[in-house]
Amino acid sequence: MGTEPLLSLSNIKVTFGGVRALKGVSFEVMPGEVHCLAGENGCGKSTLIKVITGVYKPEDGAELRFDGKVIPAMTPTLAQSLGIQVIWQDLALFGEMSVAENIGFQLAVNGKFGLVDKKAIDAAALKALARLGVSLDIHRPLRELPIAQRQIVAIARALVGEARLVFMDEPTASLTQSEADYLIEIVRTLSASGVAVVFVSHRLAEVLEISDRITVLRDGALVGVYPVDGMTQSRVTELMTGRNFDSAVIAADHDAAPVVLSVRNLARTGEFTDISFDLRRGETLGITGLLGAGRTELALTLFGMRQPHGGEILIEGKRMEFGSNRDAIRAGVAYLSEDRLSLGLNQPQSIADNLVMASLDHILSNGLISPTKKANVVSHWISALGVKIGTPDDPIRTLSGGNQQRVAIAKWLAIGPKILILDAPTVGVDVGARAGIFDIVRKLAAEGLSIIIISDEPPEVYFNADRVIHMADGQFHASYDPRTISLTALEAAIYA
Amino acid sequence: MKAFLQKFSSTFGADMGGPLIAFVAVMAIFSLAADNFLSLATFGSVAFQLPELGLLTLAMLLPLLTGGINLSVTFAANLSGLAAAWVLQANGGVDAAGGVFVLACLAALATGAAAGALTGVAIAYTRAHPILVTLSMMIFLRGLGEFLTRGGDVSGFPDYVAPIGHGSLFGLPIPLLIFILCVGVWHVLLTRSKLGFGLLMIGSNMEAAEYSGLNTRRIVVLVYTLSGLMCAVAGIIMMARFNSVRVGHGESYLLITVLAAFLGGINPFGGFGRVLPVFVALIVLQLLSSGLNLMGANQHLATALWGVLMIVVMAARTLASHTRIFSRKKA
Repeated sequence: MGTEPLLSLSNIKVTFGGVRALKGVSFEVMPGEVHCLAGENGCGKSTLIKVITGVYKPEDGAELRFDGKVIPAMTPTLAQSLGIQVIWQDLALFGEMSVAENIGFQLAVNGKFGLVDKKAIDAAALKALARLGVSLDIHRPLRELPIAQRQIVAIARALVGEARLVFMDEPTASLTQSEADYLIEIVRTLSASGVAVVFVSHRLAEVLEISDRITVLRDGALVGVYPVDGMTQSRVTELMTGRNFDSAVIAADHDAAPVVLSVRNLARTGEFTDISFDLRRGETLGITGLLGAGRTELALTLFGMRQPHGGEILIEGKRMEFGSNRDAIRAGVAYLSEDRLSLGLNQPQSIADNLVMASLDHILSNGLISPTKKANVVSHWISALGVKIGTPDDPIRTLSGGNQQRVAIAKWLAIGPKILILDAPTVGVDVGARAGIFDIVRKLAAEGLSIIIISDEPPEVYFNADRVIHMADGQFHASYDPRTISLTALEAAIYA
Repeated sequence: MKAFLQKFSSTFGADMGGPLIAFVAVMAIFSLAADNFLSLATFGSVAFQLPELGLLTLAMLLPLLTGGINLSVTFAANLSGLAAAWVLQANGGVDAAGGVFVLACLAALATGAAAGALTGVAIAYTRAHPILVTLSMMIFLRGLGEFLTRGGDVSGFPDYVAPIGHGSLFGLPIPLLIFILCVGVWHVLLTRSKLGFGLLMIGSNMEAAEYSGLNTRRIVVLVYTLSGLMCAVAGIIMMARFNSVRVGHGESYLLITVLAAFLGGINPFGGFGRVLPVFVALIVLQLLSSGLNLMGANQHLATALWGVLMIVVMAARTLASHTRIFSRKKA
């Protein structure tokens, strides 16, 4: 690592229509460093990246230096020629094109005489992948690749442009643990070859594992720059949110409460087998395990969207035969989808419409939707769950992840459910907002709702459930009581 | 002014702006250019021409809002008209009694609904694109109609049928009254009914709607069935206006209905739109062609200008949304 910073910014101010997005932030990256840019959604991370890449112009008084030279006016083209690359979360790749074409995209556009030089593209792709120490079939269409390998392709594409500084926006958000580990290795290789990498991630464990230094932003202002040595996850959370989250096990016995949901030897060919458990009134059951363990498939079966091939589901002692999720909803089962963007919420539609979508029958009068009843239901839940909104008619996609998730939960509470299944309820939700979501979950359980939390992250179920079930290869592998096992032991059991 | 605009957009929806501005512009330009434009004759001609295109546009509207389309509207209207005509002919023709006409209308509505339901079932259960399914339906209905009529007219109806196409009640043309009634029904359907809510939801994300427990297949089938019913109403009005039924009547309206819907602010990808702006957009289109007609311009020129109007409105909307983006805060 050199002594002169590769990139340094100071006094960066950006205002959007009266809202200060960045309030005089400074930021520094050393050559070959792995740096983490941390902060909650809306803290100004993306705005800062867009200033660095010339998409937004900072206000007067800002200074931007790259490689020791002052850059008076950054533009996207200039940023690219300086070797600053951004890999956005959605990757911006072409599914129908081959790996090589995706990597050598720039060459294809800039070919001689407007022609595409296939050989040059293949060569560039192989070279970039070799630099990452990866071998991929470069002629395969990108859509056939798992998401982790698509990440690699996006990184390789950045290298073709002779990258010196690569920003990665939430690169591990959709990866399993082992895929994320693989990506982290790639980032190390990259850093060793002299390319500086700035990681923007929600997953604090990885951030601490991979980064040299961490810059924390909060509400558009710089909180500080810290070396990663000696930093703990809870300390980073505290810096990001300005609050202290003490975690304590909440597990309790519910043996006296009546059984609400009873699952007996439930099976679906190729997805899961021999699943049996009881869920009591007011009890919270946590299900964790790696991606592909059959968790979502099980949840969808309990929700009536898939039909079991064997076994039975009983609700309050009555055997259920769900033809569709409408039957399950009528029986009091609610399912919060893991995919909030495309399945859980109808993103372009309004907050109000999303909130009443599952409970239309409750707001009818004389067979027609009553605007008054609808407005009442909406304002009741907005205030009960503390959702921060402008007006209920705004599209729900304008809300932050945490607020969207609150509306998604409200949508299900509005049907008056007996059982609420939360599938990965904190995906894309900030650390601070996560605690808020779990506060709601605890309150609901205390009011007598039976809850199933499905999560990739063992701490989430450990601290928020009465019982934790480890699911692997479509089976219930083991059941744990958080009061009698440590989190470390639980994680060791799951990742073994 | 700002408060007024807010009140306006909460009552009529923000999409009302475009059609209303176009309406005012067309009125202003023609009253200046043709001194006989602001006359009863102009509005009489608009009032009689509006319903055919209008009813077919209503039939097109619901499928568009679900993110689909119904290319079979004109031929479904023709075939429904044929069903009515045959019931009349088989029961006395020119001398058919009033009860027979009611029966004829029911036959038309049943035909339209059946064609729509068939389309809806095909779309809902095969998940094939509505363009493919309704294109097949359109070709099927046209072929069937031409085969049954041998390409000719069916005419010879009782005298009391004509007033439905030409008569007036309380000074307003009867077809216009029927059309306004249908606009009202569609408005309530879209803003207040479960079906209307559901069809808008599946228009912007069918899977999310399914995950929330909406019966998306049932909604799709109902939408195309209602579309077919509205075609039948259009078919009956056309039969009464022309005093005959012929397969191919109103064929040129097909794409104009799509144009009118987009002009009325319907989102081409589905999920968003209201009936009232579309109603105003239809009036604008008719005023434009009647105005040009008054000035002695060729009818084909009017059609060309409809296209120009659409492009202008699109450009204006893009500009308006850009200025909105620039003035809005972004995080």
